[in-house]
Amino acid sequence: MSETKTIDGIPGVAVTVPHLAESLVSATVGKWLVSPGDYVKQYDVICELITEKVTTEMPSPVEGVVTHLLVKEGTEAAVGEPLCIIAGQAELAEAGKAKAPADGQAAEVPAIKGGGAMRNRYSPAVQALAAEHGIRLDEARIEGTGFEGRITRKDVLAYIESGGAKANLEPKRAAAETVTAPETQEAEVPVRSTGLHLSDEPRIPKIEVEGGDREYFIDVTPIRSTIARNMRQSVAEIPHAWTMIEVDVTNLVNLRNKVKNEFYQREGVNLTYLAFLLKAVVGAIKDYPIMNSVWAVDKIIVKRDINLSLAVGTEDSVFTPVIKQADRKNIAGLAREIDELAKKTRAGKLTMSDMSGGTFTVNNTGAFGSILSQPIINYPQAANLTFESIVKRPVVIKDMIGVRSMVNLCLSLDHRILDGVICGRFLQRVKENLESFDESTNLY
Amino acid sequence: MIHEHELKKSQTRHLQLGLSNDDVIQMYEVMVKARKFDERANVLQRAGKIPFHVSGIGQECAQAAAAFALRPGLDLFFPYYRDYAFVLAVGMTVKDLMLQLFAKAEDPNSGGRQMAGHFGYKKLNIFSGSSPVTTQVPHAVGAAYAARLRKEESVAFVTFGEGSSNQGDFHEGCNFAGVHKLPVILMCENNRYAISVPEHQQVAGRVVDRAIGYGFPGVRVDGNDPFEVYAAVKQARERGLAGEGPTLIEAMMYRLMPHSTSDNDLLYRTKEEVEEHRAKDGIPKMRQYLTEQGLWNDEREAALLESVDREIREATEYAEKAPYPAPEDTLLYVYGDSEDAQGGESAWR
Amino acid sequence: MALMKYLEAIRSAMHEEMGRDDRVFVLGEDVGKGGVLNATKGMRDVYGPERVLDTPLAESAIAGVAIGAAMHGMRPIAEIQFADFIFPATNQIISEAAKIRYRSNNDWSCPIVIRAPYGATGGGALYHSQCPESVFFGTPGLKIVAPSTAYDAKGLMLAAIRDPDPVLYFEHKKCYLGVSGEVPDGDYIVPIGKADVKREGKDITVITYGMTVHYALAAAEQLEEEEGISSHVLDLRTLQPLDKEAILAAAKKTGKVLIIHEDNKTGGIGAEVSAIIAEEMLYDLDAPIMRLCGPDVPAVGTSPTTEKFFLPSTDKVKQAMRSLALY
Repeated sequence: MSETKTIDGIPGVAVTVPHLAESLVSATVGKWLVSPGDYVKQYDVICELITEKVTTEMPSPVEGVVTHLLVKEGTEAAVGEPLCIIAGQAELAEAGKAKAPADGQAAEVPAIKGGGAMRNRYSPAVQALAAEHGIRLDEARIEGTGFEGRITRKDVLAYIESGGAKANLEPKRAAAETVTAPETQEAEVPVRSTGLHLSDEPRIPKIEVEGGDREYFIDVTPIRSTIARNMRQSVAEIPHAWTMIEVDVTNLVNLRNKVKNEFYQREGVNLTYLAFLLKAVVGAIKDYPIMNSVWAVDKIIVKRDINLSLAVGTEDSVFTPVIKQADRKNIAGLAREIDELAKKTRAGKLTMSDMSGGTFTVNNTGAFGSILSQPIINYPQAANLTFESIVKRPVVIKDMIGVRSMVNLCLSLDHRILDGVICGRFLQRVKENLESFDESTNLY
Repeated sequence: MIHEHELKKSQTRHLQLGLSNDDVIQMYEVMVKARKFDERANVLQRAGKIPFHVSGIGQECAQAAAAFALRPGLDLFFPYYRDYAFVLAVGMTVKDLMLQLFAKAEDPNSGGRQMAGHFGYKKLNIFSGSSPVTTQVPHAVGAAYAARLRKEESVAFVTFGEGSSNQGDFHEGCNFAGVHKLPVILMCENNRYAISVPEHQQVAGRVVDRAIGYGFPGVRVDGNDPFEVYAAVKQARERGLAGEGPTLIEAMMYRLMPHSTSDNDLLYRTKEEVEEHRAKDGIPKMRQYLTEQGLWNDEREAALLESVDREIREATEYAEKAPYPAPEDTLLYVYGDSEDAQGGESAWR
Repeated sequence: MALMKYLEAIRSAMHEEMGRDDRVFVLGEDVGKGGVLNATKGMRDVYGPERVLDTPLAESAIAGVAIGAAMHGMRPIAEIQFADFIFPATNQIISEAAKIRYRSNNDWSCPIVIRAPYGATGGGALYHSQCPESVFFGTPGLKIVAPSTAYDAKGLMLAAIRDPDPVLYFEHKKCYLGVSGEVPDGDYIVPIGKADVKREGKDITVITYGMTVHYALAAAEQLEEEEGISSHVLDLRTLQPLDKEAILAAAKKTGKVLIIHEDNKTGGIGAEVSAIIAEEMLYDLDAPIMRLCGPDVPAVGTSPTTEKFFLPSTDKVKQAMRSLALY
């Protein structure tokens, strides 16, 4: 007596009522413990069977996906009668294939050379490379020279060499270079109008859709996984504390508005607020070098080079390219470097070298409209500073009310190395530096 | 070979053997100290203050006597896990032993890593011991060989129970030492039980007779008569240094306590048997001898007990309060060549 | 520099170090006459029977005596006649030598070397051909080395003698007379714990040790010439502690890894190397990690057909390397 049989027209095997004991001829289904769509391993319990002699749990004789339940709970079935249908992967694939044309969805993908069983098996190295370079493996025309048409790491590298990666990127630059703010201060346009953040709505990659209609899944890409790991490590190891300061950047706003067009014409890149901020930060770090350090258990390593990590958002993730030796650059130089790194990030051309060696992170959270953030420190640095949205606010100056452009600077700090006093002083210095930028400031 | 009956007749046995009055008093004091320590350790375990104790009660005489026949600082010692009297006699302190019992970081034997009775103290020439029994016999043989190569006037002294004398390492060690005539003194502390298995089921023939099989002399002594043991060890030492090779000494005694604090000995022996042997305990006999020699009296006994009690109390308090090793110290000393001697990286994951 | 056989290289290391350091001595069965495989030939004539000591036939005692002597200031080199016979000494090696420093909280140490000829030469059958390194592998406190060249053999032996910890020195019998190489004249060591890239390559990475290093190198040469396949060959040299950095760097170079050892597959060193790679660099792998190892049978038999089936060869290695390259 077999526990399964096949039913014509239905893919998979029908699991039948077993011959549980000598004298038994039937059993009643007490409770179903699986539902259609559930995946069961061999010997996973699928239902409860009640007989005259005993109530028992029935293990599945096969592995696969439950597609149909044939006997209702509380109903009796004879020994040998089908209880449910379980379909293996192969059978489902067949069924799937058969269905596809009926749904009329399948776009005919022209055969790529080397197409074979392994064409769609992507090794971790291939996936990582593809993610790094913004290649959609299911869309890109990459020749698979590996076993049974597999796309190998070398194939991807060759594809990148030949410039295939560029072609794949949609020119998805949202209005990054936008509107010139009008001369008058009461413009409708928000003061922060440029930033490194690209599109208005970050697109989350959707790769699988399953699981019914009340939820759907999103695949975790290697880059997302890396980010998750780094965030976890930072939070787990570094005791974060947080502080904030307000800065009056009215003069800075005026300065920038005055010179930005000329700057763009001369340099070909935007003059962002970020460049000024970086200059201010660098100056403050020079005065408080402990901000630029790493906790090493029995010592604190203070780094002499000030390499600023910039948080740059892209469509689906955050990168932190580094401006090396930022203290050796003037404001114009910083603006140029910011622009270059942003371009590289968008193009997916950041190298390991671009992303390593950072000693202090600056994050332009104001680009999203934020006025307060609590950033997570970029492990193993000691601090992370955000530059929030510049907002016009009524403030009290000399006992009178005025309208000023105010911006919040938020600082997360490693409380093993830093504490309130030193960070307070550091932020004060950044504030002083920022507030000192005015129409007389030299950009070079 | 000194004849047993001659010794027993003599009134001043200790002087005849070359032991001074002070020596013999100190020998007694060590025995008492070891006994009291051992008793306290059992109490501590039953009170839940320490996890485990393995007792040597009933074996102190032979150990103390043997120690006095050897040269601390020169000879090489390989005690086994009941040898509290021996290690105390060659320089360990009650405080050291308590630190070990409580598994504290300051324990000189192992920094709180090993169980009770697993001795090791380089400065005192006590070689580190382990739990797999009898592995120390070939070590003693090797150390004796090294002493010869280094032209040192030292002997290796190794102890083990009669159960352990059946391990292959005993036989391999004896044979090796016999072939190369090494200065090794092998003392079997035959306390009649290997956990629950009595001697007649443990040993075929007699342990002492095995020596002949390996080409060197064996001598059986009364483990509760310190002078017999002393004489045998002294003679064995002289033999060894003279290049005449190893000696096997089988010291007969009785294990008055169960094998360890985890053993219920009434499962395999009777209370009567234990009491019968307690009556043969060597410590009261030694006290009697000293008293007869005019070297001891009740006052001195009381003073000794008081000072031993104080020492044990202080040691217990000290050990109780002492810190445990830091958890991360678990990773130290796997290898000797890295800075904090870590094996691999911070997690042999 | 001098050209010498692997066996000579080992002997010359022992010989030279005994001349430099009085604490060093050799002990084992038949070492006086030169050893059954001639590893100690001529040494007794120079250093005398006390420093080239013939022991009784008792492996546990050989190891135990060496341990005792090492604890009392000497630097013994114990020889186990064939690695197949090391097992009576296992208790002394694992329960004692490996743990002496740790259990005494660094008060005592055990600087011994235990030499054991391992691996098949052909005709050795079940008890003269085994590779028991995996039995001791994974025992913290022990160091385990397995050189493949004359240069590494001498350098590792000198390093092992000078090492403050117990070192199991596995010498492949087939390399004894079958492998020769240039060896420097003066004093030098090969550090324990460092692997060595024996051949640079771009397409696949082969990680191996012992005699199979030579098969891999021969196969690599042929594959390059005949098919343009470029192989990166990493010789582990030290099995414990494994050179993690080198393993990961070599694996990362190509993303395709083939681990080879003559020891049987299950629970062999290759399993640990594979786990390390999967644990630390999954996203750089372009192919599943492959292992080419002895079959999971107790040991190699004596008849030529079964020997051929069991043992690795340049051809078998070449085939495996090619499939990996084409994957």
